[in-house]
This record gives sequence, structure tokens and C-alpha cells, in this order.
Amino acid sequence: MSQRIFRSLPPVAAMLAVAAAALSAAGAADAKTLKWSSQGDIATFDPYAHTESFTSNMHHHVYDPLVRRSRSLEIEPALATKWSSVAPDRWRFELRRGVKFHNGNAFTADDVVASITRLLDPDARARGNLSNVAKAERVDDYTVDFVTKGPYPLLLNDLSGIFIMDKEWLEANNALKPGNLTTGATTYASTNANGTGPFKLVSYQPDSRTVLEVNTGWWDKPAHNLTRIEFRPIKSDATRVAALLSGEIDMIAPAPLQDLARIGATSGFKVIEEPSLRLIFLGLNWRPELVGQPGVKNPLLDLKVRQALWHAIDLDTIQRRVMRGKSRNVGTMVAPPVPGYSAGLDQPLAFDAAKAKALLTEAGYPSGFKVNLSCPNDRYINDEQTCVAVAGMWSRLGLQVDLKTESRATYFPKVDKGETDIYMLGWATLPPMDGYSVLSALMATRKGGFGGNNPNGLSDPAVDDLATKSAVELDETKRRAMLTESFRIAREKVYFLPLHQQPVAWATKSNVELPQFADEYVRLWFAKVD
Amino acid sequence: MLAVTAVAFLMFRYVGDPVRAMAREDSSVEERQELARALGLDQPVAVQYGKFVARVVALDFGISYRNHRPVAALIGERLPATLEIVFVATVLALAFGVPLGVLCALRPDGLAARAVQAVSLIGISTPTFVVGIALILVFAVTLKVLPSFGRGEVVTLGWWTTGFLTPSGIASLVLPSVTLCLFQMTLIMRLVRSEMIDVLSTDYIRFARARGLPRRYIHFKLALRNALMPVITVTGLQIGSLVAFAIVTETVFQWPGMGLLFIQAIYFVDIPVMAAYLLFVGFLFVFLNTVVDVLYALVDPRLRVRS
Repeated sequence: MSQRIFRSLPPVAAMLAVAAAALSAAGAADAKTLKWSSQGDIATFDPYAHTESFTSNMHHHVYDPLVRRSRSLEIEPALATKWSSVAPDRWRFELRRGVKFHNGNAFTADDVVASITRLLDPDARARGNLSNVAKAERVDDYTVDFVTKGPYPLLLNDLSGIFIMDKEWLEANNALKPGNLTTGATTYASTNANGTGPFKLVSYQPDSRTVLEVNTGWWDKPAHNLTRIEFRPIKSDATRVAALLSGEIDMIAPAPLQDLARIGATSGFKVIEEPSLRLIFLGLNWRPELVGQPGVKNPLLDLKVRQALWHAIDLDTIQRRVMRGKSRNVGTMVAPPVPGYSAGLDQPLAFDAAKAKALLTEAGYPSGFKVNLSCPNDRYINDEQTCVAVAGMWSRLGLQVDLKTESRATYFPKVDKGETDIYMLGWATLPPMDGYSVLSALMATRKGGFGGNNPNGLSDPAVDDLATKSAVELDETKRRAMLTESFRIAREKVYFLPLHQQPVAWATKSNVELPQFADEYVRLWFAKVD
Repeated sequence: MLAVTAVAFLMFRYVGDPVRAMAREDSSVEERQELARALGLDQPVAVQYGKFVARVVALDFGISYRNHRPVAALIGERLPATLEIVFVATVLALAFGVPLGVLCALRPDGLAARAVQAVSLIGISTPTFVVGIALILVFAVTLKVLPSFGRGEVVTLGWWTTGFLTPSGIASLVLPSVTLCLFQMTLIMRLVRSEMIDVLSTDYIRFARARGLPRRYIHFKLALRNALMPVITVTGLQIGSLVAFAIVTETVFQWPGMGLLFIQAIYFVDIPVMAAYLLFVGFLFVFLNTVVDVLYALVDPRLRVRS
């Protein structure tokens, strides 16, 4: 009997050993899978068919740009190793050798030229992201020239968001042309991908899951230890938090502000947060009459009124109560990491109700005036609540504030048509991550390519001059000085009422190590899972 | 259906401007005007509507503004998810609603009937999203026995994807379908109860009892069958509302069905997708009404046309 047991032991032991090995292998593989969730799904897998930063963010795991943002958000080489300006309107890029696409095709200058041609096609939705480039020219297999429309200092910033596709793959799948909304043409590239990036696309089920698998042939030395990424979008905030706490997923980005304390207090989970680049401010109407008060002179044209409005906003209370201590109050139009920022300008006018009242009286409005305050209620973090707070503070000053909040879908078209008097807007300077974006889109007079988001007639020749000059200034020091000067003018003349930087908050299981970035990008090629 | 197209189209004038949602944040005015031209939004409303109807008649729903994919393909991808959850919810609602209703009608003063009645009040008055979140908290976060979101593993059969064939797919179906069926189940239960009470007090039931027919035969063959007429109407129309109400349930459970697609389309002002969805729901109601009329004839012999 005992002998029989003994005899049968080795095979059992062997089986156990195999099972254990299989288990630990499975365990190891599982441990390196990162499942994460965000509030929306990506729009498409075609990098040139959308303008959403979150979609770009996902593509960045599969596709590489010529230059990319480092861990400290500086521009560093990616598919291009070196670059130089050979003429004011011509940049030469040396390409990395030995890079392979996921299907094994070699990466060469032809791929760059084909990609840029596809991006600049009139049908490509994202072509505005490279609007200052005329064309890309092949010099030899590993050298490409970019021809810009005149001198252009932000080419590298733009290129850091332009992903390179494979020419042969596009040809083979009849996708050299992007999709077209007018004719209804669709493209293979919108549901398939073949990049050079750190991960390969395995499957893409819209609104359900996107699976990526590590690209072992990536040209760069991976700083991550993941073998697989599962992305599961969850729209509802409560469900997303529940999915994290139930252990079904490892990370959520963003994490809802109201749940941060609860997640942080649960053992096995942690919250990471920092101020994001997105700066929330109030814009003003600069026309002779207010939209809400036709026939009456616009009080906002008086500098003293604008100063009074600023002095009357108690930013600390908003920061503490509405933003639950997570935002950062600001006095200028860009966040600290953005070129053009100056700490000296980053001081809001102090909260001083008496001074505000005095300024208003001096301006000839001792008993206040009527004004509309318009806000979105589903675009920025606690946007509606912030506006309710501001409206209350201004009411105490004696103003009759007519607060109008609505969904982003109807709100932004209204702002765009100049149908608002005081309106909330958020600006992250993305994708270029440069103060020029604020100067050219928000502050310069709406004309030509300028003032795309300056709908209410703000116009200052000094600012316009700075915008025109900084657009072509290739000396970086001078260019940054111009940007700072424009922000100084804006603050002195109170062209805007800056409020705060909204926070970026993520929550993860304790075993996930992941750096956070102010541009709210999730860069999983820096993620480590224990 | 033409009325549906007109209402749908008119609504879109007011839901927002797709150009703003599609253009880059720092796009110039020219860029946006060009986009509006590409979408045909610069033309008069009547012309836009004419083109819209012409395309719909040809069953061409266009391509999505958001992701450049054909709308018909997007709906086809989501249809199985919604239909499966609606099917399970309807089966659950009938399987529990009818017997409970009969129970309440036969012993209106019994303890069980009173308890069911009380619970049904909660079922009929609690909003779907509250029920959904509560179920998630209990079964996913605290007990960790059921998934909190998604469809689990699905099996592809031709163009249809089903969650019925995998354990995780079936587990994923439980919470959303219970959430979705709760309202309908209570409705059916209360309807069966009141109809049964009415029918049980009619003369022919009294005569049947007097004749000494078996109780089972009286209750289920005679009474229930007559009480079911309005139940069929309501269930049929409720299937339509379930598809429509699934929007909330699908959002709470991240169920990749048509409701979720529609919510996202609204957010992005994706007009082709919204239009196709509304047309589909309109068609579904017309279709279900027809089916209900046909079913009447099967249940009620008086409505059959004598040849």
C-alpha cells in the first residue's frame, strides 16, 4: 500500500510542479497586465482623423512621433535623432535607423513623406495640427526635409503630436487617403493600426475594450514592465470608481474629485494628483454694448470695473470649497511649465470687497449693473459650481448677475458666436504646449489665422504686434520674452479674469507605479506593475 | 415615420453645433467655416432636410462625424448588446411578474401578497440609476461576485456578438438586466393582479366554480388567459421603452449597446448617429405595435377573422 503511494508520487510531484510553474507563469503574466479606464473611448484609430487629445494619447502607445515629450515634458528625439534648421523655412531631420513597424516593415523617409502627405490632405481632420508645414521632402532613405510656410518656431512642438504611419501598409490597405465626411469614404486605418510604438494593437472594440500587447522589437529601451494593456472605458463616474474598488481594473484616469478622499482611505489603493496645464478663466465682452443689455454702454470696457470684478472674487474660498483644495489659484494666462510663464505675473488681484466696491463707485456704478455670466456644466471640473460661487461674490458687490449654465454642446457654439458677456473658458495650450497658443488664439484680434477663440472683439494693437512677431521669431529667448510681455499687458489691463489650474487626479491600485503629467496624458510606457 | 424624420431633424438644429465639437480647440475661424461647408451645414435648412430624407429612403445613414465609420456598421455593432439585455430583462419581467401578480390576486390579503406589493412600490418608484449603482455596490464592490461593468467575453456568430455562451458574459448580464427589468416587472405584476381581480369577480368564473371545475383550470386557463390581454399590449410597448430606457442602464453599466452610442453621439453632436438611432427607435415602436395586434388574434379567438 505504502509502496504503491510511493511509486505514484513522482508523477504527481511532476504534475504539481508543472501546475505550479504554469500558475506562476500565468501569475507573472497577469501581474504585468494593466487594466485601466477613462471616461470616454477613443474616437478612432486613424491618427489623422480626429482632434481629441485623449485619442492622440492612446495612439501614442502604438505610434511614435518624430520627436516626443520626455518624462519632464521636454522635447526629445524619437523617430528622428537629430534636426537642424538649414534655411529659415526648411528643417532637416535625420531619422533613426533600424526601426521596424509592428508588421516588420522597415521605417524610412518614404513613410514620413507619405504620412505627412496624408495628414495635409484636405480631408484629414487633424491637418490643422501641422498648418504651418507646406510639405515634407525625402532627401535620402534616412533624411527628410520639412518645408514650412515662412519661419516657424513651433515646428518641433507640432511634430511631437504627429504620428508616423507605414507607407506600404497604407498602400496595401488602400488607406493612403484619409476618410472623407462629404463623400462618406471610410478607411481601413480607423479600426486597425500598424505603428512603431511600444505597444501593438491586438483588438479594438469601441466602448468596450481595447487591448494592446508589448512590442518586444521597440527601438527604445522600455522603462515599463508591462506585457499587456487593457483599456476599458467607463462613462459613469460612480461605476468607474466601483470597478477600481472591486479590483476589476488597476487604474482610473481621471478619478472624480468627490471620490478622491474615499479612494485614498481604502487600503490597497492610492490617489495621485497635481495641477494640470488647463487653466480656467473668465473671458469678457469688448463690444460697445452687452448682449444681455442692448442699448446700454458696456460697463466692462472700463478698466476700473474689470479690476473691481477681479478684486471681488474670493479665489481661496473657491479653491477650498468648490475645488476641495485640489486646484491652484492663478493670476496669469498660462501654467508654470509652459513657455511664456512668469512667476512675477502669476499673482491674482487680492480679494478685497471694499476696494472692489470703491473701484466700482469710481467707475460710476455705485449700485452695480446687470450682466450675464455664462458657463458650461459638463466640460471642466466643477465648472458650474465655480460659476455659482463667482456669481454669488459679484452679487455681494451689488451686481445683478444673470447666471446661465448649459451643456458644452450648446455652450461653446454660443461663445463662439459672441453671444455671451462674461463666459468661462479653459485653455491648456495643447497640443503645442506653448504660450503662443494663448496669444494667437485668445488674445490677438480675430483676423486671418489669429483670434480663433477671441469671439467678443478684444483688440489691442500692442498684443497683435507681439502675436505677429512671435509667430516668426526663431530666437527662443526673444520669443519667450514677447509671450511674457503679452501676458503682462493682459494682466495689467485685465483682459481676462484668471481663476485656477484644475487638478489632474488619477487613482490606482497600490502596486502600480506611474508618473503623472501636467498635460493629462497617460504615458504607460513609464508604468510599472509589481 | 416621415414625422419621426422631421422631428429628429428639427431637434438637431438645437442640440448644438457639430463643427465646434469636431474642430481643434485653437482652430481658426476659416478652418471651422471650411468644416461646416464639408458637412453641408452652410446650406438652407430645407435643402439639408431634403438631402437627409433622400438618403434615409435609400437606407444610407451616412458616416459618423466623430469617427468616420458608417453609421449602419456602428448600430449593427451595438444592436446585439442592447437586444440581449432587453430580451433577458423581458423574460425576467414576465417570469416573475406574472406569477407574482397571480399570487397577489388570489390571496390579496395574504402576507406574501402584501410584502410583494410593498416591494413593488419601491421597484416602481426608484430611478434606474440608483438601483444600478446600489446593485454594483452590493454585488461588485462589497461581495465581489459579479462584474460591475461591461459585457464580459463575447462570442462572435457572424455579425452577431453574444454574451450567452461564456460564463463571464452571463455573469455580466445579471446586474444590468435585473436593473432594467425591475420597473417592467413591477408594472406587469400590478397589471396582472388588478386584471385578475376583475376577471375573478365576473359571472363566468362564478359559474365555473359552481360547476365544480378544478381550481387550477379556473385560475390559469379561464381567468389568467382573459387577464393577459392588456399585459400583452403593455409588454409589447414596454419592449420599445426598454430599448429606449436602456440608455440609462447602459450608461451606468458601461454596456456597449445603442443607448451608450446615442449618449456619446449627443455629447459630440454626432448628428448622423443620433438621426439613425431615433429612426430606429421610431421603427421599433411601429413594428412592436403591429406584432402586438397580431398576438391579440392568437390569444383572443373573438378577434380572428372567420373564413
